[in-house]
Amino acid sequence: MLSYTEIDRVEGEAGDFNVTLQKKTRYVIESQCTGCNTCVEYCPVKVPDVFNQEISKNKAIHIYFAQAIPLITYIDENCLYLKEKKCRICEAVCEKKAIDFSQKPEKVEIKVGAILLAPGFEPFDPRVRDIYGYRKMANVVTSMDYERLLSSTGPYEGEIRRNSDLKHPHKVAWIQCVGSRQVIPGGKSYCSAVCCTYTQKQVILTKDHDPEAECTVFHNDIRSYGKDFERFFQRTEKLRGVRFIRSYPTVVREVPETKNVILRYTLPEEGVKEEEFDMVVLSVGLNPPTSGNKLAQQLGIELNSHGFCKTHPSNPIQTNRPGIFVSGAFQGPMDIPEAVFTANGASSQCGEFLDYRRGKLTTERIYPPERDVSQEELRIGVFVCHCGANIGRVVDVPSVVEYSSKLPHVVHAQEQLFSCSTESTNQIMQVIREKNLNRVVVAACTPKTHEPTFRYSLREGGINQYFLDMANIREHCSWVHSREKEESTQKAKELVRMSLARTCHLEPLQDFDLPVHKAALVVGGGIAGMTCALSIANQGHEVHLIEKSSDLGGMARRIHETLEGMDVQAFLNDLIQKVYQHPLIRVYTNTAITEATGYVGNFLTRITSDRGKSEIQHGATVIAIGAEVYQPKEYLYGEDERVMTSLELEEKIYQGNEDILQAESLVMIQCVGCRNEERNYCSRICCSESIKNALKLKTLNPKMDITILFRDMRTYGFKEDYYREAANRGVKFIRYEPQDPPQVLAGESEEGRPVLKVNTMDYLLGNRIEMDADFVALAAATLPPAEAKEVSQLFKVGLGPDGFFQEAHVKLRPVEFGTDGVYLCGTSHYPKLISEAISQAYGAAGRALTLLSHDTVVASGSICVVEEKRCIGCGACVEACTYGAIELYETRQGKKAKMNPILCKGDGVCNTKCPTGAIQLKHYTDEQLIAEIDSIAEG
Amino acid sequence: MMCTGRVDFTFIFRSFAKRADGVFIAGCRLDECKYITHGNYHTLNTVLLTKRLMEYFGLNPDRLRIEFMSSAEGGRFAETVNDFVKQVRSIGPLGKSEGLDEGELTSKLNQVTTLIPYIKIAKKDKLSSQLKNPDLWDQLFTREEIDALFRELPSYYIDPEKCQACMTCARRCPVEAISGGKNLIHIVDQEKCIKCGTCLEVCPPKFSAVTKLIGQPVPPPVPEEKRTIVRKGKGKES
Repeated sequence: MLSYTEIDRVEGEAGDFNVTLQKKTRYVIESQCTGCNTCVEYCPVKVPDVFNQEISKNKAIHIYFAQAIPLITYIDENCLYLKEKKCRICEAVCEKKAIDFSQKPEKVEIKVGAILLAPGFEPFDPRVRDIYGYRKMANVVTSMDYERLLSSTGPYEGEIRRNSDLKHPHKVAWIQCVGSRQVIPGGKSYCSAVCCTYTQKQVILTKDHDPEAECTVFHNDIRSYGKDFERFFQRTEKLRGVRFIRSYPTVVREVPETKNVILRYTLPEEGVKEEEFDMVVLSVGLNPPTSGNKLAQQLGIELNSHGFCKTHPSNPIQTNRPGIFVSGAFQGPMDIPEAVFTANGASSQCGEFLDYRRGKLTTERIYPPERDVSQEELRIGVFVCHCGANIGRVVDVPSVVEYSSKLPHVVHAQEQLFSCSTESTNQIMQVIREKNLNRVVVAACTPKTHEPTFRYSLREGGINQYFLDMANIREHCSWVHSREKEESTQKAKELVRMSLARTCHLEPLQDFDLPVHKAALVVGGGIAGMTCALSIANQGHEVHLIEKSSDLGGMARRIHETLEGMDVQAFLNDLIQKVYQHPLIRVYTNTAITEATGYVGNFLTRITSDRGKSEIQHGATVIAIGAEVYQPKEYLYGEDERVMTSLELEEKIYQGNEDILQAESLVMIQCVGCRNEERNYCSRICCSESIKNALKLKTLNPKMDITILFRDMRTYGFKEDYYREAANRGVKFIRYEPQDPPQVLAGESEEGRPVLKVNTMDYLLGNRIEMDADFVALAAATLPPAEAKEVSQLFKVGLGPDGFFQEAHVKLRPVEFGTDGVYLCGTSHYPKLISEAISQAYGAAGRALTLLSHDTVVASGSICVVEEKRCIGCGACVEACTYGAIELYETRQGKKAKMNPILCKGDGVCNTKCPTGAIQLKHYTDEQLIAEIDSIAEG
Repeated sequence: MMCTGRVDFTFIFRSFAKRADGVFIAGCRLDECKYITHGNYHTLNTVLLTKRLMEYFGLNPDRLRIEFMSSAEGGRFAETVNDFVKQVRSIGPLGKSEGLDEGELTSKLNQVTTLIPYIKIAKKDKLSSQLKNPDLWDQLFTREEIDALFRELPSYYIDPEKCQACMTCARRCPVEAISGGKNLIHIVDQEKCIKCGTCLEVCPPKFSAVTKLIGQPVPPPVPEEKRTIVRKGKGKES
């Protein structure tokens, strides 16, 4: 990994690029620096901390931020020595001799087959339009500034304080769409896609900090179009003291005495108002990355009119240049799950490109043989980490070491500056060998960060890796009690004592390797399923693609064009052809799944299809079973032929239906069947669908009178441009409220023409209006697939509260299930546009490939084990296990529980349910945990 | 531990037995399990039942609290813990504040600890429920139910007249609480017995030697010298 490095030049072509990199001068030798921060403390030059939005100060030598990788320092241009050849204090205080002022920028040449661009985005700088008072009024901040204020590693260690007087603001206002959705100089015309929800998050966190805080959000449309976002919005809105005001305010002035900020805004009932706030947060949008233009020139890639990377809806991960891919917000504003789709997807597309070279550069790690310690006395080593200053400045580490060394069975105790540094882990390994340690306690940070690192040390030291326990004296101690040094030291000692108590009972466990059957099963032959199948097959793996209906294509068969103008049918036909022609893809149509068993790497699925009965062995499973369209019960749908869904309207437009094309007027109603009590989610795609239909109709019949009745127009990202185009081309937009929805009745126009009378409240005019419509199109909700429940039970994967599949983690693992080896993509995860489904399909392929490209998967040794003698066959464990890992079987001694170690996830719920203690979760046994509890009392 | 669902009754009562004045359990937000385990619902049930048991045994149930929060809610965690500590401080030391002396407290905690297997079996279904609506939490286990649980506390007794010393129950007892051997009448060690009822279930119907006693004392075991069964010779039977 090369940090602090930029691209200098790229030559060659896909599969064989020569990239010249420019390593910037850090003036710190990377391999020497341990990140102890001593130099930072001594450095005399204080500079605004860029990472903390220049709210607090940092030094000329510093680590960029607390979690930076690598966690080492660099010297920036403010250094006295670099400016005036003075000082060099850092050089003198560095015990590792890591400072090197003689460093020069270095050019590095690398040869690569593919290039992936992920330069991110740049937050909008409100100073380009001087109307917000940003950096002129002390208490006007951007949402990025506020984000840092909220952070525990931020300028005030997680306290929200005002710049002017360091007081906690009580009354905070957010202004939405700053720099977004603005066709004015300096503004951006697109929607930044994430600000509505991040603002809601900031409101919730503000209320967490101060339950009495008054939070006001000035907004345009609320764009809660993401999964679970609608509920998140409702949760925010319902908090006491939170107001959402649909108005665009102006920053009027600063109150000289208090430095409070006065905003002026308009309310429909009350007219123009002025209100004073302690703090104003500008919810700034996402700009293209500053490096975007330079990258475009160096790499020969095209940018779109907004300065983001130009891509095609059929493959949003591919730039215009083969072998160069793009992921994340350089594609355009997007939220974390979408960024993860594109990252996983880019890995799959790079894989397709470079598959023939896969594994050629890897070497296997060989460990020394494991020592059998079963006959040995306990010999425990304790390593207490300073974590630079993170622990050391609060906890008296030497005193913890001293205390530990006197506890039973401890034969070695020492401190380390950074236990996780290569030097320290090697030291742990050596001490294990030299002193014949058979248990190790590392008192440092959370096991979530470095447990694998220390387990390696144990293996390298020749003992079982499960003989390790970590006492968390950072997150659980120094970080949370930073002001109580003595108590923290005492607590650290107790944590180490507890850890030792458990460690005495640790048993050696073996992880086991499971062979991987290198084929994939893709369930669902729509765009997502086919795209995923092709990407997997293109990397040399057999794919079984099963489809319940007689043809491939899914919902896309009914879609003709995307909002951007992609010909969906041409794309679909091409995709179907590629799937059928691929030698590694077997397509099964008219398929029903009869049985699905097995586990990661070794699934067995039985189906019946046009090919008869089949038994499919596969290592990975991808669920891509699509979604359904709501059949409205509202607005005369099904009773009057002139009322149809958006999808039906699209079909009629492309069939050239003359009645539609010659209609005088058409009304579209948004949010039909969702964003209500029964379906408390936004269907995400309907606003774009309606805009698309409206624009098409305006092109075919410019005179047609088109009105869209909406609650919030959710044309996020670049789709905003089409919304604006529709408005410019005369499409009327009228907002309605859910408690007073439009009324549709059959009637006659003034000229006696039979029409549909659409009656709705117009909040701009402040009165009810009635429109005549020849046709009404309903933006009907997207529903979870009818088979969702059945498929979820077959493959033992979860469903969310709305009936869509539940991914393993909504932000960080959006293409995989909690069940290992099972992945998901497409609309059965949540409604999404074609380009998004394609991204996610590549993403699922990428994750599946991570599994399929290996010969084995490693399963943890920390799983539940049944002691049959104690089992009374009550079945409590079987009911509790959501992974189906336990079953009862008949023995001569009655029913007994049997554990499938491969399916066990190690949560231990069964252990808790077992009345006799017959099931024990290894590594967290009753004995081990009780020992830990007992040791608390020993202090 | 890897999941809140691993929190056992034993851990909670053990903490009190070790004179912890309060026990705080922090789990993920409900319905936000990163896996499909949703172990926090199980632990919620454990906590709801434990609170009732604490009431029954005269301990202040506010000494036990479960809170659901995400790892991103550091501030809330700190506030909640501080609040809990304050609450426990105001309740005072365990036992003393409840008017129990050391001996009483120890004996009560020992009693409930030995009954955990029985409680787990008796309340198996309820302990596995997923109560989405917080309004229903308090009603999951009622005081009357706990009273009944202890009123109906069974003992298992092997009738020495009927026992044929077939070893079936002794072999099947999960905690090896049944003594005896071939031709030796089996006896349930009431101290070891976890009241799972396996012996009653497996005693061959033709013997029906095991009885479930509720609300009555268990007869004293037959003296050791009288435990040998004298059988009639096979020849005489045929």
